[in-house]
Amino acid sequence: MKRGWTLPILALLGFVFLYAPIVALVVFSFNESRLVTVWAGFSTRWYVALFNDRQILQAAWISLQVAVASATLATVFGVLAAFVLARLGRFRGRLLLTGMTTAPLVMPEVITGLSLLLLFVAMEQVLGWPGGRGMGTIIIAHTTFCLAFVAVIAQSRLRDMDESLEEAARDLGAGPVRVFFDITLPVIAPAIVAGWLLAFTLSLDDLVIASFVSGPGASTLPMVVFSKVRLGVSPDVNALATIIIAVVALSIATAGVILYRQNKRRAQGR
Amino acid sequence: MTALTQSRPWRWTARGLGVLGFSGRTLVIAIPMLWLLVFFLVPFFVLGRISLAEPILARPPYSPLFDRAPDGSLEILANLDNYRLLWEDTLYRNAYLSSIRIAFVSTLFALLIGYPIAYYIARSPEPRRTILLLLVILPFWTSFLLRVYAWMGFLQREGLVNSFLLFTGIIDAPLIMMQTTFAVQVGIVYTYLPFMILPLYANLTKLDEAFFEASADLGASPLVTFLTVTLPLSVPGIIAGCMLVFIPAIGEYVIPALLGGPDTLMIGRVLWDEFFSARDWPMAAAVAIVMLFLVVAPVMWLQDWLDRRGLNR
Amino acid sequence: MNQQRSATRPLAADTRPWRDPAARPFLSIRGVTKQFGLFTAVDGIDLDIFRGELFCLLGASGCGKSTLLRMLAGFEVPTAGEILLDGQDMSTVPPHRRPTNMMFQSYALFPHMTVEKNVMYGLLREGMARAAARDRAQDMLRLVKLEKFGGRKPHQLSGGQRQRVALARALVKQPKLLLLDEPLGALDKKLREETQFELVRIQETLGTTFIVVTHDQEEAMTIATRIGVMRDGGLVQVGEPREIYEAPETRFVADFIGSVNLFEGQVDAAAPDAMRVLTRDLGPVTLRPVPGLTLGQTVWIALRPERLALSHAEPTAPNRFRALVEDVGYMGQLSIYRLRLRGGRLVQATLSSRSMEDDPISWDEEVWVSFAPTAGRVLTE
Repeated sequence: MKRGWTLPILALLGFVFLYAPIVALVVFSFNESRLVTVWAGFSTRWYVALFNDRQILQAAWISLQVAVASATLATVFGVLAAFVLARLGRFRGRLLLTGMTTAPLVMPEVITGLSLLLLFVAMEQVLGWPGGRGMGTIIIAHTTFCLAFVAVIAQSRLRDMDESLEEAARDLGAGPVRVFFDITLPVIAPAIVAGWLLAFTLSLDDLVIASFVSGPGASTLPMVVFSKVRLGVSPDVNALATIIIAVVALSIATAGVILYRQNKRRAQGR
Repeated sequence: MTALTQSRPWRWTARGLGVLGFSGRTLVIAIPMLWLLVFFLVPFFVLGRISLAEPILARPPYSPLFDRAPDGSLEILANLDNYRLLWEDTLYRNAYLSSIRIAFVSTLFALLIGYPIAYYIARSPEPRRTILLLLVILPFWTSFLLRVYAWMGFLQREGLVNSFLLFTGIIDAPLIMMQTTFAVQVGIVYTYLPFMILPLYANLTKLDEAFFEASADLGASPLVTFLTVTLPLSVPGIIAGCMLVFIPAIGEYVIPALLGGPDTLMIGRVLWDEFFSARDWPMAAAVAIVMLFLVVAPVMWLQDWLDRRGLNR
Repeated sequence: MNQQRSATRPLAADTRPWRDPAARPFLSIRGVTKQFGLFTAVDGIDLDIFRGELFCLLGASGCGKSTLLRMLAGFEVPTAGEILLDGQDMSTVPPHRRPTNMMFQSYALFPHMTVEKNVMYGLLREGMARAAARDRAQDMLRLVKLEKFGGRKPHQLSGGQRQRVALARALVKQPKLLLLDEPLGALDKKLREETQFELVRIQETLGTTFIVVTHDQEEAMTIATRIGVMRDGGLVQVGEPREIYEAPETRFVADFIGSVNLFEGQVDAAAPDAMRVLTRDLGPVTLRPVPGLTLGQTVWIALRPERLALSHAEPTAPNRFRALVEDVGYMGQLSIYRLRLRGGRLVQATLSSRSMEDDPISWDEEVWVSFAPTAGRVLTE
């Protein structure tokens, strides 16, 4: 069918809107000048400055540890929650669990952060645990809010999955635990990987919740960056952004090529 | 895995739990349930309880809810002063209203910008479709904070937008865009755009091409087809996308903190300042509770209602 | 072919305009080609269709029949060639301005509109007043026996009801040409058979020209006035169902429509009243002569299974062979026999179950297979 030009032009403008600030960010990370708006020649000095900034490097290391730990925990709990909701039928508290796995998706971060901090403080008063706040409390907080995202992804995959696969395994003599590990997990593996990656990114990205529940000496990368950019634009942040964008773009391009090949193979196999 | 499920400790544990009246099923349900109860639900009760306290100079900086009266009986020290202040002080009321207004305008623009993109991607052939989709998702995987930061340089007095407008002669003097409500709205639209596009795309791509062809076949022009067929059928996607933008936008802190001016009132920012600057934890808790009941609860109820309607279809 | 035509009862000339060389076609497809990149989906098709016909485009999936239909509806633009409807060139007319309507394979009923709104949709696009459109929609729903279901949404209907709504929606604008893409494909077998006759009834009531795309040869045989068999983007043969079945022009058509036993051989001898073909599997076979063949030319003999006779006693027919019954499939009124010839070749025969009651034939029996010289059709390609 013939199509007009309106739609492609509007879509193109949309993509320009999406990418213009990112392109500018990257370009000015190579700027000689401290001013982020005036071009003064090519330079990599801000990258050098970035790699000599102990505070940023340390914060990045903390962020990575937190992200790996909370993404892993969130994946375990999230997949369990998804499995419970998608496969175990009716049980007491089902509605409650459904609510608790979807509400964090839309909960404003300030509320989640504040309420968790108040919980930690109250628990410390009553139980003596957690003694002080730091990486541990950030990991708990991130696990809780990332869990919901993993659960949503895993649940939709479980719903799409042909349940007769699991029934066939039961029919052939596998117990429920065997079925879960032999059949269910491998089939939903792509969703689990996607969920982990999403949780990892969300944790790495979070500023607000971490600011509430973190303690002295446990500043994550976004917290350090935030305190820097609050004072105005600074080119070493541009350099940091460029590195992050490059890593992400490379990973996404790889994933995209793999996905495309898979789809193509599947299409041909049909 | 076979080794695990058939190992002795495993079976003994399973049997032991069985004796105690726990089935494996209960255990599987209990793990995520307990975690979420302790770290998601209970915090709200703590939040509610502290919103009834008074700020004091101590660690932690709020008064206890119960106290032993001199005669040894328990006294409840709850007071609603915080809520009274929230109602009486126009600052808070304006902050709630202004948050909703800013979130609403931003959502509307995100929809207007996101819809053509989603529609275009949904109607693109492979492999263009996958590539464009990845292009939409890519910014989402980069840092949220840095995407907001990008606009700081962009909207500055000497920034690229002003330079471009001056260069093309559209304006004579640089516009002041940074530290305005406009900048906050641009920031929200920009950072939440993927959340608008993805549900819209998911909805539009599921629509059978035959619907559009049938409409054309029955005599509808492309515009009429869009208005009478495409748009009504994409309502679920529109609602989902708007929810995903509107709700988090209301509570947004980072965007108004970086792009907004001193007069850009948003409730997330008020809460943050109450907590970090004024160190008034009970007041911050009260702000959060009201936000929960005033904004989040109705929207979540609406979402739930829509879900159920969708299931009944 | 001639003797078959004379066997049918003579009909008034105007009911079969394709037999009248002077008749003006209603739809003319001339040299229409459609290429998708390097792939040619439709390859230079010429076809005339007459007013009031129910024409079936028949072919396996991927043969280009749906692409041809979509070009008639305007969803695809031909790479070459022209489409004339009622003397008017259609190639530049967008789908929403064409006097044709289409019934989609998936029905494409708008899920957010009621049945009545779906049927009214096309009328409102013409600018018809709402009340008048509602009346017309009701009439149409009555024709498809769904007048009580106007208020329902498509998902509240059964598959057969949805099919009828789709038909009503496509017919309500009184199109010059109705295009039906696998109209019965989504129905189960029993419902499909009932609906075939319903479709013909509606077509005859309204007198609209129908073009039906189908891969189901039985369906095409049942409903069509004429069938166009398609293969690899081209039309292989066009004719009435009976012609296509009894007088296929190629091995492909013979094999595609119904079952057939094909034997390759060379023309061995020809006389005015008979000809002999020497086949590898059957040896010499006597047939009615076919003009235009040369001695030694390779030909194929197409034998429909129901043209074969089986008996214990040796028959008198000139073509008779010994064979072993390998399998008998009882189908109710018919029985299908799979026979192994002496040379090792498998042959299929279909006989009425009743006719075999006197002389029952069962597995592992040696029997005579025979056929008359008029039974075999000689094909050159």
